[in-house]
Amino acid sequence: MITSEQKKDLFALWKKNLVSFWGIYSQNKMGLIGLVILIIFTLMALFGPLLVEITTMAVDDVTQVLHPPTGNFWLGTDDLGKDIFAGVIIGSRVSLLVGVAATAISMIIGTVIGIVSGFYGKTIDALLMRITDVFLVIPWLPLMLVMAALLGPSLANIIFVIGITSWAGTARIIRSQTLSIKERPYVERARAIGSGDTHIMFYHILPNVFPLIFANTVLVAAIAILSETTLSFLGMGDPTRVTWGMMLHFAFSMGAVSFGAWWWLLPPGICVVLVVLSFTFIGYALDEVLNPKLRRRD
Amino acid sequence: MLLEVENMTTYYKLKDGFVRACENISLSLKQGEALGLVGESASGKTTAALSLIKLLPENAKVMSGKISIAGRDISQAMEAELRRIRWKEIAIIFQGAMNALNPVRRVGDQIVEVLRIHEKMTDKAALLRTIDLFEQVEIDPSRVRDYPHEFSGGMRQRVMIAMAIACNPKVVIGDEPTTALDVMVQAQVLQLLEKLRSKRRMGMILITHDLSVVGETCDRVAVMYAGQIIESGPTERVFENPAHPYTRALIAAFPNIEGERYLAQSIPGNPPNLLNPPSGCRFHERCSESMKLCSCQEPLPVKLDSGHFASCHLLGRRVLS
Amino acid sequence: MNMRNYLVTKFIQALITVFIVIGMNFFLFRIMPGDPIRVLIRNPKISADSLARVREQFGLNEGRLVQFWIYLRDLFTGDFGSSFNYRQPVLDIIMERVPATVLLVGTATVLSIIIGVLLGVILAWKRGTRLDVIGLSVSLILYSMPTFWVAIIMVMIFAVYWQIFPLGGMGLPGVFYTSYWAELASKGRYLFLPTITFALILVGEYVLIMRSSLLEVMREDYMLTARAKGVSNRNLLRRHALPNAMLPVVTLIAINLGFIVGGAIQIETVFSWPGLGRLMYTALTNRDYPVLQGLFLFVTIAVVGANFCADILYRYLDPRVKS
Repeated sequence: MITSEQKKDLFALWKKNLVSFWGIYSQNKMGLIGLVILIIFTLMALFGPLLVEITTMAVDDVTQVLHPPTGNFWLGTDDLGKDIFAGVIIGSRVSLLVGVAATAISMIIGTVIGIVSGFYGKTIDALLMRITDVFLVIPWLPLMLVMAALLGPSLANIIFVIGITSWAGTARIIRSQTLSIKERPYVERARAIGSGDTHIMFYHILPNVFPLIFANTVLVAAIAILSETTLSFLGMGDPTRVTWGMMLHFAFSMGAVSFGAWWWLLPPGICVVLVVLSFTFIGYALDEVLNPKLRRRD
Repeated sequence: MLLEVENMTTYYKLKDGFVRACENISLSLKQGEALGLVGESASGKTTAALSLIKLLPENAKVMSGKISIAGRDISQAMEAELRRIRWKEIAIIFQGAMNALNPVRRVGDQIVEVLRIHEKMTDKAALLRTIDLFEQVEIDPSRVRDYPHEFSGGMRQRVMIAMAIACNPKVVIGDEPTTALDVMVQAQVLQLLEKLRSKRRMGMILITHDLSVVGETCDRVAVMYAGQIIESGPTERVFENPAHPYTRALIAAFPNIEGERYLAQSIPGNPPNLLNPPSGCRFHERCSESMKLCSCQEPLPVKLDSGHFASCHLLGRRVLS
Repeated sequence: MNMRNYLVTKFIQALITVFIVIGMNFFLFRIMPGDPIRVLIRNPKISADSLARVREQFGLNEGRLVQFWIYLRDLFTGDFGSSFNYRQPVLDIIMERVPATVLLVGTATVLSIIIGVLLGVILAWKRGTRLDVIGLSVSLILYSMPTFWVAIIMVMIFAVYWQIFPLGGMGLPGVFYTSYWAELASKGRYLFLPTITFALILVGEYVLIMRSSLLEVMREDYMLTARAKGVSNRNLLRRHALPNAMLPVVTLIAINLGFIVGGAIQIETVFSWPGLGRLMYTALTNRDYPVLQGLFLFVTIAVVGANFCADILYRYLDPRVKS
């Protein structure tokens, strides 16, 4: 049991760690750029849809359909006359939401399997790792596509499919970290005083793999967003929801490519690239913070 | 005189300035002679050795000095000539440890490589020579086709020795060749080096921080501190009558198994930062006998005896009195 | 552990994986919500009698395990089922399209490895310079782009805006060529853009890995030994640095195989390239389940096989590997 006195100490320790963490992180230019981009898009996702509406031109005004950018429509219109700029902003919400949710599922599964496998070892480890290896070998896109096809196109299904196919890499990494933590003295001590397995896993191992989880989450998030975009593009997305991937899907199906409608094809893609880049940058910066060897010696 | 180095200075260029790794190093080596180069880590021993054949990283430069081997001046040699000199005239045995040998190539191939470069041998002849070398260093010749990771530390060192003497160099430099080995293996390797040296009349420079090794195998010794040679001379003389306070402290740190028992003394303080070395004598901040003069003026080498030199202001006084 | 034991161990592991995948494939399609019959039959107007016969034939009245056995048995005789759309055996449809995909993927992979390694070496050599920074940034950005999007941009630039290359497809059907060269040139035009696009996607990672691997290798002790031995600069790179630096690249190739499949699907879709990737896309859109199931199995087994080959290659290159 943890006393309130210990809780206060823990909290102070956390705060100190956070401050020193930020001190190192903010030195990294890439990390800052990534963070800024991510914040911009998060704000866009949270507040954008409240400020913007997808206005449609009057349907009988055919000249305004599939139109390049003008004063009113900053990114032009699509084949139904809808405002693409608004689409991009509204799409950010669901795109990011799916990414975050799928990442959460993937990380939870991956971490649990990783810790349990590393902690118990022997048969459980062998069994879980076999399964993990299979998931690592199977090509991700066909698996996701097949599952999405069987389950049907809905937001929940997409989140589920992405989450359940991308945990393998995380599991491996967490497992090897768990293996080394398992040998440390305080774990042995905890066992000696009779702590239960779950207690040890939760209170001793988990906090120590946490930095690793953190760094890995960012990379998985990047993959999740790319996955949703690709799934939607290939037609496995939810057609009733606007996401960047769905916009590209409709653009492609409606022949925007041969029409040369760059205003429809470029913006959603650029958004995806920026978000993925921001995650990658943040990931690099986190790597440097957590792994002092990588820091550039100035 | 086999090898002669006069006033060699090597600097490393860093963002904040120059690291004066070697300052006015002078030493000489006769044929068949073994010279021990002693000092703490980062005293500049390895840099000095690498400077001889200009095997330095990009930001290092030999600023001045004359280096001659068998009477030939190689201080101004360009890269092409240096590549001919390396290994053929001066070979280095690195600290074997894990990685001095290429892990993905067979050891035999790595020796054959030097033979092909410098002796222009055919593959077949080189292989025969390699087998012969293995026998000289007492390794089973059938292991020529093995990979480095299949050897133990001591055997890897022997492979390195075999590779070093392959082209019959005039000078062999051993850079801490026994540091990573346990005592038994260390003795074997040193014995082997002795045998080869006397047989081939090679000059040998043994870099080490271990005085006992020097005492056993070296005819002469040079003591380095903070990039400078502060004392040099015949091994026995220097060990019996160490003139420089640092040498004395160094010897005191290695307890004598026969003499009276005393607590081994360590030298207080830390080696100086060579970006900004101390003024005057570089040892003065840690020296128990330093005078005011020591912090202002750099001491010059004083001749004490035949071949025995030391750089210390205290000596001037002693000689006078 | 010598080569032979290693080979045998890895082979057995691969077999086990394949078996697990077959099992997964089967249960995936049968466990999913919905009547399993719809995976086998598309026609909603089928009569009750026919339906009953089909159930009998596929053993759907039996337990799951028996169904699995029937499925396995069919697999081994090469019966992957029949496509809804094409009304042909699935295996035939797949095999028809294999050459197109192999051509595309093979060429692109080889190209990206060669260019990636070369660029990686150059960037490592010129570390810290402008070129290095530009090279790194470009690689990073390419790596973050969705494959299909890059394909779309390429099409827009080179086929719509500047009409250098055709929009898609693999060639004009039913055309006679005057000479072999003419045929090559014509087919080449169709092959060029998809291949370059694919190579562009893949190259980024190889550049990054090669560069960092080479930089690490250059710092190793044995490089100093080689320099001390008087080895020429060219051989320092060729005989000492590269053999060590290439090892992570080989590992990367193996890891990338799954990614390559995903990329092939996207690129073939955008360029209408008549290969396995496009087949998957069409099968998805049409909910052609037999084709999907067969394709999934086929592709996965191919990847497992390729992984096996990569493992062998790695062991050959790095003698330190134990099983």
